[in-house]
Amino acid sequence: MEPVRVISGTAVPLRRSDVDTDQIIPSDWLKRVERTGFGVGLFSEWRADPDFVLNQPRYAGASVLVAGTNFGTGSSREHAVWALLDYGFQAVVSPRFGDIFRTNCTKAGLLPVEVDAAAGEALLAAVEADPAVVVTIDVATRTLLAAAAGVSTTFPLDDFTQMRFLEGLDDVGLTLRNADAIAAYEARRPAWLPTTTAS
Amino acid sequence: MADKVWDSHVVHRAEGEPDLLYIDLHLIHEVTTPQAFDGLRLAGRGVRRPDLTLATMDHNTPTVGLDLPLEDPISARQIEVLAANCAEFGITLYPMGHANQGIVHVIGPEQGLTQPGMTIVCGDSHTSTHGAFGALAFGIGTSEVEHVLATQTLPQRRPLNMAVTVEGELRAGVTAKDLILAVIGRIGTGGGMGHVIEYRGSAIRGLSMEGRMTVCNMSIEAGARAGMVAPDETTFAWLQGRPHAPRGDDWDRAVEYWRTLATDEGATFDKEVVIDAAALSPHVSWGTNPGQVVPIDGAVPSPDSFADVAEAEAARRALAYMGLEAGTPMRAVPVDAVFIGSCTNSRIEDLRAAAVVVDGRHVPVGLRAMVVPGSMKVKADAEAEGLDRVFMAAGFEWRAAGCSMCLGMNPDKLSPGERCASTSNRNFEGRQGRGGRTHLVSPAVAAATAIAGHFATPEEL
Repeated sequence: MEPVRVISGTAVPLRRSDVDTDQIIPSDWLKRVERTGFGVGLFSEWRADPDFVLNQPRYAGASVLVAGTNFGTGSSREHAVWALLDYGFQAVVSPRFGDIFRTNCTKAGLLPVEVDAAAGEALLAAVEADPAVVVTIDVATRTLLAAAAGVSTTFPLDDFTQMRFLEGLDDVGLTLRNADAIAAYEARRPAWLPTTTAS
Repeated sequence: MADKVWDSHVVHRAEGEPDLLYIDLHLIHEVTTPQAFDGLRLAGRGVRRPDLTLATMDHNTPTVGLDLPLEDPISARQIEVLAANCAEFGITLYPMGHANQGIVHVIGPEQGLTQPGMTIVCGDSHTSTHGAFGALAFGIGTSEVEHVLATQTLPQRRPLNMAVTVEGELRAGVTAKDLILAVIGRIGTGGGMGHVIEYRGSAIRGLSMEGRMTVCNMSIEAGARAGMVAPDETTFAWLQGRPHAPRGDDWDRAVEYWRTLATDEGATFDKEVVIDAAALSPHVSWGTNPGQVVPIDGAVPSPDSFADVAEAEAARRALAYMGLEAGTPMRAVPVDAVFIGSCTNSRIEDLRAAAVVVDGRHVPVGLRAMVVPGSMKVKADAEAEGLDRVFMAAGFEWRAAGCSMCLGMNPDKLSPGERCASTSNRNFEGRQGRGGRTHLVSPAVAAATAIAGHFATPEEL
């Protein structure tokens, strides 16, 4: 993945909780075998409503999505992350994320920014009132700043994931540094464990 | 128990890094793998352990006309790509029409590949199903699929442990599905986030393996990474003799190890929920997430009854989408369709539970009812027992194995506005087809609902 250090831009407010990945990218889109081009499918059912926030010209060009709690629940589809990235988002802010969605974000380069409920609500309200509010997220300091909204907060990101974002490192490459340990582990696995080839 | 399985699979541990875990079994299907295989090719990497990888086709596959070309060319392409990738990398594949083909979470256990103490992953959130055997099993995304294909390991942060303890006896007519719907209703769709749930207590021990799989399957609907049940005699009896289960001395060695996996007396959990089994009743979902459930004797709740502002707003949106009025008794809500199937409830015991309800009865004119066995083996077993004839005589369609109407990726879909009683796991907006309205229920309630034409329990017929 590409390095991600500082994200600074306007935001889209999505005042909904429990947004599942079926809504982020409906299953019809999952039949594609490519990794690109999913932005058109982002929230495609909700975008059929002309008033839906992504259809409002005043939020065009935003790079941060601010959502309610429990964002990205349900299906493991990484296509949800690809769709958000392809649409132009670089970070998603929510008080809580689905576990698999959050991991998928960190693998594909979309920054999951978990903030407390009060900061999330303040940010939502500010961006709803003024689409020009600029949100700046700094990976190195793990901080989110939206001065116009009076929001300045930190967010959790473990050291390893932070390093991967900052340096844009390939996860598989990192693991393969431990190839000897993997081979040693394989040598001591019990012989009765199943294989898929013989029965 | 989760910690024991975790610790026995750590390949590499270093300060400030996630643990590198070895993966004993990697299940793959057509939807979440094409981009992973592309990634391997781009990086010039191979599949480290094709012999620990198993592929099936389930999400896109039609459940009728298996001998015909797929109607949807994009689905057909995805199916072809999986077959080509499996051939290129030497991975065993159970393709459409194969006697071992089926939903990935049905065939793993059925073939004896899912065993206690293993680590199992799949690019599918319902991988939690396999935890019913005391395996640590969780869903992953496509980048992680690529990582496992290349290295047979995954870097993971140790999750927290949560106990859901269900003591007492379930009343007659109350099933594993009702139990897990009640749990999700109680803790919410985010209640298990960051945790592995261990289901414990006499009511859990009293469940069959099929019931335990139903419970663990829906752990993800409570936000949990995984669900687990301690392996016991029920587990061992179910596994013994299956194609990939250990045999002879190996069996004895394996069982001896499996007996050590149960959580130690006095172990503590980060979170605990205690539920009285005797107080549970059949449940049905009314909204658009699996936490929005009520007992079937209850009514559609009023959004104003939720203290939390976001929950009230979610309820308002859900009622508008579902076309329901607050205060309507659930038993008075008519349905257009009934779906019995999915990785939650498509095993032989589920089909038996539904068949006994519909035997000698018939669905009303205009109601669409469908049974989709979880695997071709379940289908064959059911047919040997004559269940197919019971369902067809009652007016049900009897289909071939697949995910079918659980997720709207294949021809089995709801039409906009259609209301369905479904034994699947997600009632999200549009999950079973654009505009479709899904109500989650047990196989027994689905069967009774199909006959009555509105939500019903078998006693009502």
